[in-house]
Amino acid sequence: MLAKLRLLTQKNLIGLITSFILFISIFILPGLLPAALIPALLGFIGLIGFGYLGYKTYLFLKENPEFKPSESTTLIKVSGSVIAIIAGLLFGLLMMLIVNPGQAFQGIVTIVSGGFRSIQAMGNMIYFSVPIILTGLSVAFAFRTGLFNIGATGQLTMGAFTAVFIGVRWGVLGEVSPTLHWIVALLGGAVAGAIWGAIPGLLKAYRNVHEVVATIMLNYVAMYLNTLLITNYIYNSDYARAMDIKTTAATPKWNLDLLFPRSSIGAGIVIALIVVIILHIILNKTTFGYELKSVGFNRDASKYAGMNSKRNLVYSMLISGAVAGLAGALMFLNLGKHLKPVNVLIPEGFTGIAIALLGLTSPIGVLLAGLFYGSLQQGGYFLQLLDYKPEIIDIIIAVIIYASALGLFLQKFVINTLKAREMQLERSKQNEALEGSDDE
Amino acid sequence: MDYIIEMLNITKEFPGIKANDDVTLQLKKGEIHALLGENGAGKSTLMSVLFGLYQPEKGEIKVRGKKVQIDSPNDANELGIGMVHQHFKLVHNFTVAENIILGFEDTTYGFLEFDEPIQKIKELSNQYSLKVDVNSLISNISVGQQQRVEILKMLYRDAEILIFDEPTAVLTPQEIEEIMGIMKELAAEGKSIVLITHKLKEIKQVADRCSVLRKGKYIGTVDVADTSVEKMAEMMVGREVSFEIDKEAATPKETVLQVKNLSVFNELLQKDDVTDISFEVKKGEILCIGGIEGNGQTQLVEAITGLIEPSNGEIILNGEDITHNSIRKRNIAGVSHIPEDRHKYGLVLDYSLEKNLIFQTYFTPKFQKNGFLKFDAIRDNAKRLIKQFDIRSGKGATTMARSMSGGNQQKAIVAREIDRDTELLIAVQPTRGLDVGAIEYIHKQLIEQRDNDKAILLISLELEEVMNLSDRIIVMYEGENVGEFDPEKVTENELGLYMAGSKKKE
Repeated sequence: MLAKLRLLTQKNLIGLITSFILFISIFILPGLLPAALIPALLGFIGLIGFGYLGYKTYLFLKENPEFKPSESTTLIKVSGSVIAIIAGLLFGLLMMLIVNPGQAFQGIVTIVSGGFRSIQAMGNMIYFSVPIILTGLSVAFAFRTGLFNIGATGQLTMGAFTAVFIGVRWGVLGEVSPTLHWIVALLGGAVAGAIWGAIPGLLKAYRNVHEVVATIMLNYVAMYLNTLLITNYIYNSDYARAMDIKTTAATPKWNLDLLFPRSSIGAGIVIALIVVIILHIILNKTTFGYELKSVGFNRDASKYAGMNSKRNLVYSMLISGAVAGLAGALMFLNLGKHLKPVNVLIPEGFTGIAIALLGLTSPIGVLLAGLFYGSLQQGGYFLQLLDYKPEIIDIIIAVIIYASALGLFLQKFVINTLKAREMQLERSKQNEALEGSDDE
Repeated sequence: MDYIIEMLNITKEFPGIKANDDVTLQLKKGEIHALLGENGAGKSTLMSVLFGLYQPEKGEIKVRGKKVQIDSPNDANELGIGMVHQHFKLVHNFTVAENIILGFEDTTYGFLEFDEPIQKIKELSNQYSLKVDVNSLISNISVGQQQRVEILKMLYRDAEILIFDEPTAVLTPQEIEEIMGIMKELAAEGKSIVLITHKLKEIKQVADRCSVLRKGKYIGTVDVADTSVEKMAEMMVGREVSFEIDKEAATPKETVLQVKNLSVFNELLQKDDVTDISFEVKKGEILCIGGIEGNGQTQLVEAITGLIEPSNGEIILNGEDITHNSIRKRNIAGVSHIPEDRHKYGLVLDYSLEKNLIFQTYFTPKFQKNGFLKFDAIRDNAKRLIKQFDIRSGKGATTMARSMSGGNQQKAIVAREIDRDTELLIAVQPTRGLDVGAIEYIHKQLIEQRDNDKAILLISLELEEVMNLSDRIIVMYEGENVGEFDPEKVTENELGLYMAGSKKKE
């Protein structure tokens, strides 16, 4: 065991050191340093982070000298998404040119700079992207098993209610330990979401009810149930909303509020990152993920191989629902945020579908897509300073999704461009060689 | 001599592989020109280039002596080039006539014109004796007739150059005879034909000349009349190929699989697919179940492997009743299965080769620990099998199964199933759609497994394969066992009669 640990340390010493430095500078240093030094600290964190990524890329290229961009499927898929994003932004520009030509270019700059306008905006971008990342992960995970989970909204709602209920009613936990209260509320949300996700999973596995139909229906059940439960158990009739959660149940800040002053950022992003890593490991490193993906790709072959596709299907929906439930819990376990007994489906669940697709249904892709969405949202917020409505952002997102649906076409375009460039390079190399021989 | 089509020095690359490397094909007017090569040799790629589906990186195409640029199948049609694809491109709920005129419709004031086209179709079908009822739906006619519709479609478009992509792969022996006759007749009428195939017997039967490709490279063109089948096979594979299967007499030992009174009921058709079948397979023998496609062999195998529930009967493996066991339990108990449909059951096409090679063993301690996959072990396993079974692919162990050629996909499945080293190996049409080299190889493997005291249940539609490989033969007709035979004592003709249902043993 110890020998193994030593081997692991040797293998990725630089990685370990980097993570350690990052951990210290994100969670410990902000509490110790004076506020004036915070921007410098942020710069330092960025530098370390990007430096490490650059180092990894360098290592990869050194180990694979024959690497050809046109043969890397990941790279090609990602560039498809990037092109889709550019198409969406161009369309947004067009819209703004029509609505209010005078400020259009200023507007597009506002949208693109979005969450990077200020440190505060950056913190808010991360804060707003947390539920989106989680619902995106929820949809993406189910997608990998060949299931289309439209019910992230319902699972999120159930998770949110359960978390808030625990936050309001189980204050006794907070007296034992504040962290305990928050964690139980969070886990309660995840469990409620998991149950809500497992229902369509069970229906699909044993009664062959299509999961799209079942999840859509359960969205409405969750919505009305939510209204009913709030008014019955945790209603604050003065404000027509759920009661305030106990302060012990609120998401802790873990010094992140010092790193991004005046923003709403909290520990949510850390939870989201942990979920990204867990799902990434499940999908890519475990036999369970091997089975799940195999069932998603080819159900008949998985049956032939002796996999229990029914059980896998239920597990997949269970995990998907738990992640969506977690999103709901993290959304509402914030002081000043309240669940309301109104009959409206919570939109974050549906945005998750778009983010899952934009992130190519891979956990890391979803993380990036979610952050991008958070940034756009911040852009939309600042867009109101100019003479535009923030709805333009929604239109841009919609166009991006349409464009990424054209992914295959875009990918082909990328492959051709890359190949043409590679051939040109090869030709010029050959020419050089020929010219070289002429000289002799 | 004038050539009607010349494809000169064609090079076409795909990521990781040169599908065509400096290939030249010259087609004379009125000849049947066979294009011979193993799976993945680049035959289909070359024809797709001619048909405008792919653009070559290098080389030029001349039609009737003029250099042309073919960008799409429409261009090819205009040049009089027609293609019958291996998988037909027909609309199933359209009639024959509608399919033939599709994309080439005559209209008056926007209304479809049918009388004249149907007249023309009838004339064509009489002229070339391509009998087919123009008013039947495609879904109601046989595969052989569908192929005639495809041919009529080309003739209707006045195609002069006809490409047949593996036309006999899906046909019964009688239909094969017929299509051969039709091709000869077409050539006699002045049409030029390219026949893509890897069946040497057919080339010998109809082709005038034959061009051979091997691993994307052009090997040569020969006159079929002066060249022996062995010589052509050697050109294709690159070494001498034996057509004789050497095998010792079987020495059957104890029983491995016992099937007792097995029946499978078809809910959809409300009839039995398999009726009261009993047999046993012993260690060290190959039992072959022969029969024409669709006589219950598929369902029989699915019941034994656990893909469907039998309605009656027992399946006993090594003395243990496995009739109601899960597929996983059967796999562990010792059933290997080379499935009939390699894309539906055999492979996950979006997984890499190495992941496909651990399809039934990923959960064993060899490939996982505490639920985590051991990637090093998986890679080593793949490398070993790739080497041992000569599985060829663009990027080795990490190649996506989807991008491998059919023959190599099949080799991967055979490698995986044989390597599992179980007592019972069920092989369903293991050589379907493969070339002689691969067939020879798989046959050798099956016999080697038999000699290693494995029990082998072989399901095959090819009479030759049945006769050559098996130690005992059972013929199935309409779900019933109509007779058991010793391959040494029965003739192909007699077997054929039982397969067609005109004879039955009591």
